[in-house]
This record gives sequence, C-alpha cells and structure tokens, in this order.
Amino acid sequence: MTTDNSSTEVEVRRDASGLPERFENPGLAPHQERMADNDPVADKRAERQVVILFALSVLGTIGFLVAYFLVPPGETVASMRLSNLLLGTTLFLGMFSIGAAAVHWAKVLMSDHERQEQRHPQRSDEKVRAEAIAQLKDGAEDSGIARRGVLKGAVVTALALAPLSIVVPLVGEVGGDWNVSKFRHTLWKQGKKLTRDPSGEPIRASEVTVGSVFHVIPEGLRDEELWIEEKAKAIVLMVRIDPNDLTEREERKDWSYEGIVAYSKVCTHVGCPVALYEQQTHHLLCPCHQSTFDMANEARVVFGPASRPLPQLPITVDDEGYLVARSDFHEPIGPSYWERLK
Amino acid sequence: MSTSTTAAQRAAGGTADYLDQRTGISLAVKNFARKIFPDHWSFLLGEIALYSFVVLLITGVFLTLFFVPSMGLVEYEGPFAPMNGVEMSEAFASTLDLSFEVTGGLLMRQIHHWAALLFMASIVTHMMRVFFTGAFRKPREVNWLVGFILMILGLAAGFTGYSLPDDVLSGNGLRITDGVVKSIPIVGSYMSYFIFGGEFPGEHIIPRLFTVHILLVPALILALIGLHLFFVVLHKHTHFPGPGRTERNVVGFPLFPVYVAKAGGFFFVVFGVLALMGGTMTINAVWNYGPYDPSPVSAGAQPDWYMLFLEGSLRLMPGQGTEWDLWGYTLSLNVLIPAVVIPGILFTLLAAYPFIEAWATGDKREHHVLDRPRNAPVRTATGVAILTAFFILILAGSNDLIATHFALSINDITYVFRVLFLVTPFLAFWATKRICLGLQRKDRELVLHGHETGRVVRFANGEYIEVHKPLDEYERWIRVHHEPRRPLEIEPAEDEHGVRRKGYRMDAIRARASRFFYEDRVEPVTPAELAAAHSHGEHDALPAGEPETQEIGAGSGGGRHAVTGAPLPDEGDTPRPSVQDH
Amino acid sequence: MKAIAARRNHRFAPVVLLLLALLVTGGVYAALMPSPAVAAAADQSDIEGGKALFRANCATCHGPSAEGREGVPSLVGVGAASVDFQVSTGRMPMQQNGPQAAAKPPQFDEEQISQLAAYVASLGPGPAIPPQEQVDPAGGDAANGMALFRTNCAMCHGSIGKGGALSEGKYAPSLAGSTPTQIYEAMVTGPQSMPVFNDANLSPDEKQDIIAFLEEQKAGSPGGTDLGAIGPVAEGLWVWVVGIGLLIGCAVWIGAKSS
Repeated sequence: MTTDNSSTEVEVRRDASGLPERFENPGLAPHQERMADNDPVADKRAERQVVILFALSVLGTIGFLVAYFLVPPGETVASMRLSNLLLGTTLFLGMFSIGAAAVHWAKVLMSDHERQEQRHPQRSDEKVRAEAIAQLKDGAEDSGIARRGVLKGAVVTALALAPLSIVVPLVGEVGGDWNVSKFRHTLWKQGKKLTRDPSGEPIRASEVTVGSVFHVIPEGLRDEELWIEEKAKAIVLMVRIDPNDLTEREERKDWSYEGIVAYSKVCTHVGCPVALYEQQTHHLLCPCHQSTFDMANEARVVFGPASRPLPQLPITVDDEGYLVARSDFHEPIGPSYWERLK
Repeated sequence: MSTSTTAAQRAAGGTADYLDQRTGISLAVKNFARKIFPDHWSFLLGEIALYSFVVLLITGVFLTLFFVPSMGLVEYEGPFAPMNGVEMSEAFASTLDLSFEVTGGLLMRQIHHWAALLFMASIVTHMMRVFFTGAFRKPREVNWLVGFILMILGLAAGFTGYSLPDDVLSGNGLRITDGVVKSIPIVGSYMSYFIFGGEFPGEHIIPRLFTVHILLVPALILALIGLHLFFVVLHKHTHFPGPGRTERNVVGFPLFPVYVAKAGGFFFVVFGVLALMGGTMTINAVWNYGPYDPSPVSAGAQPDWYMLFLEGSLRLMPGQGTEWDLWGYTLSLNVLIPAVVIPGILFTLLAAYPFIEAWATGDKREHHVLDRPRNAPVRTATGVAILTAFFILILAGSNDLIATHFALSINDITYVFRVLFLVTPFLAFWATKRICLGLQRKDRELVLHGHETGRVVRFANGEYIEVHKPLDEYERWIRVHHEPRRPLEIEPAEDEHGVRRKGYRMDAIRARASRFFYEDRVEPVTPAELAAAHSHGEHDALPAGEPETQEIGAGSGGGRHAVTGAPLPDEGDTPRPSVQDH
Repeated sequence: MKAIAARRNHRFAPVVLLLLALLVTGGVYAALMPSPAVAAAADQSDIEGGKALFRANCATCHGPSAEGREGVPSLVGVGAASVDFQVSTGRMPMQQNGPQAAAKPPQFDEEQISQLAAYVASLGPGPAIPPQEQVDPAGGDAANGMALFRTNCAMCHGSIGKGGALSEGKYAPSLAGSTPTQIYEAMVTGPQSMPVFNDANLSPDEKQDIIAFLEEQKAGSPGGTDLGAIGPVAEGLWVWVVGIGLLIGCAVWIGAKSS
C-alpha cells in the first residue's frame, strides 16, 4: 500500500532493452496562431464583431425600456403575454450580447498562449508543522488548562448549557401547544349535516343518485376559528353504489344509508386528497401516488403505496331527509403516525 | 510606461494608492490577477450554477419587495378574471398581483423559477463532471462535501420557495411532506407540529418558509459558495490530461483578462438564456392551480424536477403489508422506506464516495490531473448506476404523464418500474464497465496501430494492407498518460513465526474492495509494447517477394496482434515499406 | 386593405386577430350546432329515422331494442344528452375494445345524431340535450366555475382541463377540444368512468360557470407558451433541454479554441 504523500512523480525507469517503462510527457504542444494574430484585416474584423455585439446589447436595453414604458401588462391575458414576451426577449438581447461580446473578445483578440503555474503540495512542510504544534503547546501551557481540572469542567459545562436559553423557548413555542392528540378528532359528530364543498349546502339522500359523487364538508365549517385545519381533516367523499355491488361487514351495515357510503378523502398514505372516482369500477384513485381504493368494498386498497383502507364516516338521514353523520370517524384519518393506535 | 498620464490614469493610480495604503491590496492583486485557470467547457458547469444563483438573488430581491408572506385571507380583485372575488391567502393574492399588475413582475417570477430549476440542473451536471473525472480525489474530498451540502441546500431552497405562493399544487406538496414527517417513528407527530406550528396547514408555515427561503438558506448557500471557491483557488483548478500537463503544474490562461472576459461574459450568457426562457415559457402557473384549499387536487400533481425522485420513490413502494404494528405503535414502512431509507442510501453513497474509493484503492497521493472516465471503469460504472437509480425514480414520479402520453396503463408502468429500479442499476453498472474497458482497448489499438488512413495498398505479391498513420506524441500522450492501477497486495496473514498478525482481516476486506475496483483492467501501452507492435507491423509490410504469409494489420477490428517479447528495434523512425499506391 | 396591412404589426394586432378568430369560431359554431328547438320538438319521423340508424349501427352491441347485454349498457333512459355526447365526440360507435372508448371524428352528421338521440330519448326519460343559452360561456361566472372545477373536476382532468391518467389505462381526456354542449352533456350523463353530476350536485347554472371557466382557458397563458399546462414535469424537461442544452452549447463555444 502506497503511503507516498507527494504528488505523482514520473520517475523514468527503464527496462532491459533501455526503453522507459512508461511514456514520458512530451511537453506542451506547439502553439497554433489564429487568423487574427497575423492578419490585420481579420483582427479588425474581429474587433468590429465585438463592437457590434456590444451595440446589440445597448439596443436590447433600450428596447427593454421602451417595452416597459409603452407596453404595460394591461387587463387581458394576451396583453400580459405580450408585455412579458417583449420584456423577456429584450432583456435576453441586452444580457446575452454582452456575454457573447466578452467571450468573443477573449477568444479572438486576447492572447491565447497557454501558460503554466506550478502547484505545491497542500501539506505544510515539517518545519511549519513543528512550529504550529509548538505554538499550540505553548498556548495550552499558558492557559494551564491541563492542570486545572475543575476549571476545565466549569468551562465545558457553562458553554454546553448556555445555548439552552435559546433552544428551550424556541422548541417550547415553535410547535404551538404540542397537543398532537388533535389528529384523532374531526368536526364530524352525531347529527352533523353533510354539505357540499365548497358551498356548504346540505344534501338530501334522494339527490345522491347512483354513479354520482359528492365532495362533502361538515355543516358550519366556515364558522370554525381554525376552519382550514378542520377542513383538512374533515373532507369526505360520498357516492351511492347499487346495493347489489356493495360489500359491507355486518357491524358496519348501519354506517351506510341505502347504498350511500361516505369515506374520508384524506389518503392513508401521505395525506393527499383522494378524489378520482371511477364510477364504473367504484375505484377511487389518488392522483399523487396512485393508491387505489375500492369504494364498493370498505375502501380497501387495491393498488399503490397505501396500506390501510380509507376510514368510513357513519351516516344516516335526519327527519327532513338530509344526510347527517352518526358519529365522528372511528379511527384517526389520514397518514399513519407513531401513536395512531394509542 | 508613458511619462504623460491622462487624468483617468492619474485618478486610477490615486485610488489604487489610497486602497493599497489602507489594505495592502497590491499583494492580493499580484497573487491573483494572473492566476492560471485551465480551459475546458465542462469546467463551466459549476459556473452555470453560480450564475443562476446570482440571477436568483437579483430576481429574488425584486420579488421580495412585492410578495406578502401571510396566510391571512383576502378577496382577490384584479385583472385576472377567473380569480375575481375568490377568497385566498395574502401570499397567493400578492403572487397574482406581482405577476399581473407589476410590469415586469411576471418576467422576474418566471426567470426566478427557471433559474431555480437551472440551479439544481447545473449543480447535478457539475457534480457528474466532478465525479466522472475523479476531481474529488485528494486534496479535494472536503470540497466535494461542501458541494454536496450545497446541493442539499439547493433542494431546501427550491422546496421552500416552491411552496411560498400557497397554491393548490404546492399546498398538496406540503401535505405530502407532513405525511412523510408523521411517518418518522416516535417523534413524527411532534416534528409535524414543529414545522407547522400546530396542525397542518396552520397559519405559520408560509411565513416560516419565507424566512427560511430568503434568509437562512441563501445565507448558508452564499457562505458555502465562498468556501467552495476558496478551495478552488487554494487547490488550483484540476486540468484534463494532455501534453505538458502534470500533477505539478496547471496549464491554462490567466484570470485577468481572459477569464474575466470569458467567465464574466458567461454570467451574461446565463442571465440572457434565463431571460429568454422567462419571456417565452410559462412556469408554475399558480393562477391555474388556484389558492390552497385542503380539498381540491389536480391531476399531474408533481413537485419540481429535483424532488421528483422522492415522488417516484413514494409511488413505486407497494403498500400491502408494509405498515407494521409494534406493541401498539405504528411503523409505516410504506412511507419510511421510499421517502427516508432509499434517498438516504443513495445520498450517503454519493457523499461518501471519495472516501470509499480512497480507502479501497489505498491511494493517498494528491491528484490534479483528471481521469478520463474510461480509465476508471468501476468509478464511472458506479456513477452511472447511481444516476440510473435516480433516473428510474424520476420516471416513476412521472408515471401518470407517461401513461397518458404513451397510452399505457399506469398500473403496468408502476409494476415495470418496480422491477427496473431493482435491476437497471446493476445492468447499467455492468454495461458501463464493459464500455469503459472497451474504450480503453480501443485506445490501446489506436496507440499501437495508428489511425486508419483509408489508403489500401497492394504488394507485388498480391497482398493488400491498409496503411495506418501512427499517432504523434501529443495525441499518443492523452491515451497513455494514466498510470496502470492494480489491486492492492496485502501482507500474508501470518508472519514468519506463524503468528497471525493484527489488522489482517481489515486488510483482507480492503484487498477485496480493491480487487473490485481494479481486477478487470486494461493497462496503457508501454513504449516496449509500441516498439513491438511497430516491429510486428513492419514484419507484415515486408516488401514483395518475401515468402512469409502474415496476418494483415489493417482495420480497426484488427488489433489481435500478439505482442511478442522479441528483441526490439529502436522505435521511432522506422522506415516505411516501399509500397505501390493504387 | 392597405390600412390593415400597415397595422398588422401593431401591438394590439394579436388581440384583434384573436377576437376576430373567436367571433368567427363562435359564429360558425352557432350556425352548425343543432338548435335545441329541433331537438326538443323531435317528431315521429325523426324517431323512425333514428330507429333505422340504430338498428344498422348500434344494435349489434346494444341489442335490437337498446336493452344492452353483458358488458354493454342498456340505453333505455340514458337520454338524448348521452347519445349526443357519445356520438358527436365519435366515442360511439366504438371501433375496438380497449380500456375506454376514445374520442375520434364523428361517424354521423348533425341530423343523423339528432335522429339517433330522438330515438333513444323515446325509449325512456333521461337527460335532454341542453338548450344553447344554457351552455353559453358568456352567461357563466368564470371565478365560481374555477372553484367548482377545482373541487369536482381538476383531480381527473387537470387544473385547467388538459387531461390526466386514471387506473388501468383509462384516462380523463383533455377538454380543450370539447364544445360547451359536450361538456355539459358529460357532466349530466357521466360517460364511462366519469361520475354523474346531477342538478342537485352541480346546478345548471354552476355547470355553465364551469363552461365559462374552461372558455377562459382558450386565451392561453399570460407567461408565454404553456408547455402543455401539465405541471412541473414538463418544466423540468424543458429546463434540461433548453436551459442546460443552450448553456452547454455556449460553454463548448467558450472552451473551444478559436481558429
């Protein structure tokens, strides 16, 4: 194993026949002159090209200012597009031409003789290293840290504890009330009307025909103080399925109403709204990660990365024929988390 | 020096004197003004990243002046008809205002977003260049890590900025983030509260992301860019192998004026291209997605391209049976594995690669001459394998679009990608390694037998050969410069007294790793081999009348000459055979 | 003419052209659409004509009296709207079995479609073809339409109706080429995988709002080309092709030796 610390050194070793073991670096290739190096006409032409490019940039900037003052975005999509297009292309001209001019200048007119600079190993030489170590030793000696054990402990303790006065309030405040048990509950409760999203109009059972799909929020959602947070948990998707197609466990028979079933719209995978209802197959597809749930069979997972069925919202109708919840969901909605079942 | 100086020259001289007296700046100018940088197009990839960052800062400042990072609700009134009277957060409303009512605001927004995508794309291509040329080797391992952290920070900057307009698309992205965070064992729920200041979405997330996006992350990026460039100057830039280029020098052009013009000019080129994209191509049309609301979602729900691998990873993971119940606690492997474990493995491998390679090959020397990727087959193959894994994940993240655009079933695509993700990295590794070795053999071929000239000649005895033109020494050097690398040889397990020595086991593992790197190899042509080939070729081309029949050394597939160890004539000016031209 | 020629580069020219184009399209379209009065006042001869067409073209699958069979829906009670949608978008008659019937150029002309619709409508009550004023985009509120579209449609059809994938090779088609009448009919009848949006779910006025929102999309994007309006994946593709592509091209130019 090599422990050579320096850069590779090409050492010329020779074999029996006197040939070197490896090829040797031939050194820099001879320099090739450019057209503009010898031909004054080409040189002048190149200079002219650079000037023209800079001039184009000036035109671009002027064009930008003209577009800014004369073509405001206006009120229509077309006028906004025009304004954006003119500003963008003139800005392109103004900027790109400067770049092209500078590069062309460097390539054609500036010296193109390759130069060399020597490299040095990053490692400091032994003398410098020794001096550095000596300095550190002297410093440590001066401080007496090695002899004064109690002092050492005191310094470390003080420095380690001091950041707590920043960290503790930060952690204490940044998470609100830290009451993560809120995940368990939604706005749904017995008698809460199912209403249309976003209008909030209540829905009669008779309106939910076979093959239709309703996006549902609880009644009075907008009166809640934290209505967006509540909506994020309470959104429900409701469909009516021909009772012949519907598979229900005995203990859940009363969770649906005449084939109308309501499930949480929050995916049990990572929480996207699952909403692509295919009425022929009764499959519900999540557009984010393609978890597919069978709405006719307790929203079980038939495909994709989700593990659990969507939680079902038990529903019934009230005296006026409006659909209402029988209770909250029987399990936390949405993605899994560590203490979900606690 | 002219004795008569103009007023401008006097002023410049005066300023320089003033500065130097107070800062001693002459020393810095003396040391840096004519510093040499090598020329190669691939050395500009990192500059694209740097310049798109500068463009991000310029356009970002513009946007900051008009954006309101608040989740307070307002009713929109403005020129965009489909939004009139819609209730939305101030963040979303101000995004619409700065897009539609501030002249040039839409351009700035679009340039900013394109620049963000370009920033990540150029970081990735720059990393690929550094990886495949071995530029991360000693003494640059630390700078590789700095660059790696910059990439992670770039992801953070992109993600936080993407979510700021508070639209449906990015809001659902945040919701996915929330779901992923919650899946983390034990602390998941609390981390979700930590991020959102309570339940998702709350009203803190936009202001928090704003601070992270415009202050914390850019400051870190700026500081690390400084460090990154400091290391470049300290180490001096690597250069590609070539005549005259060694481990002890750097060959190129001086910073002033050549690179001031070229690199400075390139900034304007990058800005120009971004302006063109911002002016002609819509990006992140938040007015289509609408203000965030937890209920809606749209088809084509995907993050920006640099987060797409994560999306793909989530999409590929099968969910059946991957959520475990451990003593009443829930462990969702269906989220943890794709969102945390797999990216964790891929990124750790990437960050640690320089150290892995250095350890396995036992190479402790400094390297300033880059490798041609073919000369490091296992490294190149490893890089391609990692890229392939990411690429499959990115495709998987686009599976719904692949389904609609190629009329395929999304379920079938997902099944296929699940297999491909596990298989193709290995296939890619194998294929790349074979290709690299093949290219090295081709290099040997070329060095030994020269270029085909297309000139076919016939000897008087009726034998045909194609004349090959030998490489000149500059061409040849590129193909033979690299040192042959061989697997480590370790000391025997037991010393002369039959006592098992310490550290043997570690050495054995290391030797195995080293064999993995260097067992299959093609070594560069040595002068002796070239001389042998020449003498052999000459043998072929003996003048007419010689009784021997020989294989003809023609054609690129030729090259199956046995290199004999026969006594060799001097290489160099071997006289050409007298041949007839046809 | 000269005056027009001189102004063709005027900055409002695209706007004027767009408006003209919209007017002409609207005019032609209004002229070509079957008038609802005709559809409503379907007389016996229409029903007879439709019956003949049905026997010749549809009965093989749907049965001689449209009663359907295994895997083929009965058409009794689907209404004229369903027939008009399926036949005018070319989905019916189906050419081949697949995950779903694809739109293609319609096989029948306006009159034949209205005859078929009249026949099927006579089999049982179902949704009728909406009257012209009911689907007129001008009568809808685009802002409300957007809110409804986002909640009820965007998850399948994409944020502005460019389409999206469903499971097992099915898809939600792009709405860009659909007429307002077809969009309305699709909502009322729920063709194939699409759920039904009855009038209790989305009132006729709300359906008109959705049509108005979709009509707004025809103006394009304020930011330039919309890159298909399919979201960030297309943007990512373009930044690699155009952004990285152009800049690497420039870098090669900068790095190359000048001649």
